[in-house]
Amino acid sequence: MTIGLEHYLTVAAMLFVVGIFGVFLNRKNVIVILMSIELMLLAVNINFVAFSTHLQDLTGQIFTIFVLTVAAAEAAIGLAILVCFFRNRGTIAVDDVNMMKG
Amino acid sequence: MALQAVAFYLFALVAVVAALLVVFARNPVHSVLWLILTFFSAAGLFVLMGAEFLAMLLVIVYVGAVMVLFLFVVMMLDVDFAALRGRVAEYFPLGALIGVILLVQFVMGFGAWSEGVAQRAAAATPTPADLPNAHAIGMVLYTQYVYAFQAAGLVLLVAMIGAIALTLRHREGIKRQDPLAQIHRTREEAMELVDAKPGEGLQETRS
Repeated sequence: MTIGLEHYLTVAAMLFVVGIFGVFLNRKNVIVILMSIELMLLAVNINFVAFSTHLQDLTGQIFTIFVLTVAAAEAAIGLAILVCFFRNRGTIAVDDVNMMKG
Repeated sequence: MALQAVAFYLFALVAVVAALLVVFARNPVHSVLWLILTFFSAAGLFVLMGAEFLAMLLVIVYVGAVMVLFLFVVMMLDVDFAALRGRVAEYFPLGALIGVILLVQFVMGFGAWSEGVAQRAAAATPTPADLPNAHAIGMVLYTQYVYAFQAAGLVLLVAMIGAIALTLRHREGIKRQDPLAQIHRTREEAMELVDAKPGEGLQETRS
């Protein structure tokens, strides 16, 4: 049997759903939420590359590079904010993030 | 072809199982390690799809940089992760419901999608047949998408400056290097010639 576009899209959809699920399941732990977001971005990348291969169009792979760039920047800033918050408050529980509540 | 199918199912299975373990692992360090396995499997899938350059990028940038950053932060923060687990059972039904709804939507969307002739004809940058993947990406990335490429560089620069600005702190009571003072040291204040007579030793020096 040949492995076609559908197979890759299925894997990407499963990874995306697992990412969404992780955000809801670990609502208190910011680190796992960030990792779930990385999972979702990975699923998007797999979709991009699958369509790029299927349609013989390089644009999908180019955009995957930009998605990787933005994901790396997001991880760096997110973790920096996390470290900063931990220094100030001594916890990373999402429920305690209410300093800016009006 | 059979080998390709076997490799695909192996990588796909490992990726999905590792992704589930990322979400369900009790220890965040284990979560990070499972996420690394997921990214390795995804890199394998990329190789199967013929995107070798992106596969290497995924391994080097994600596993080599981002995941190590995650690992550092998880190990550096002294957090009681068991307390953060909290009421997983309470969130489970809602998360499962949303996940199932989303999956059904994906399936429905995919069922309604059909490929037209126009999509194949509209390829903005057709993949050259005779070039290797990395070469082909380079030919497009530095010409057609050069502005987007520069913008991506700016995004990384801003992220780097932001991360440093957020986390840098000067602690008190620690010896620090002062480059400006080092540069502005003159010969007069740095050294002194003392005429030491035999048998007397030095009485006093500037110190």
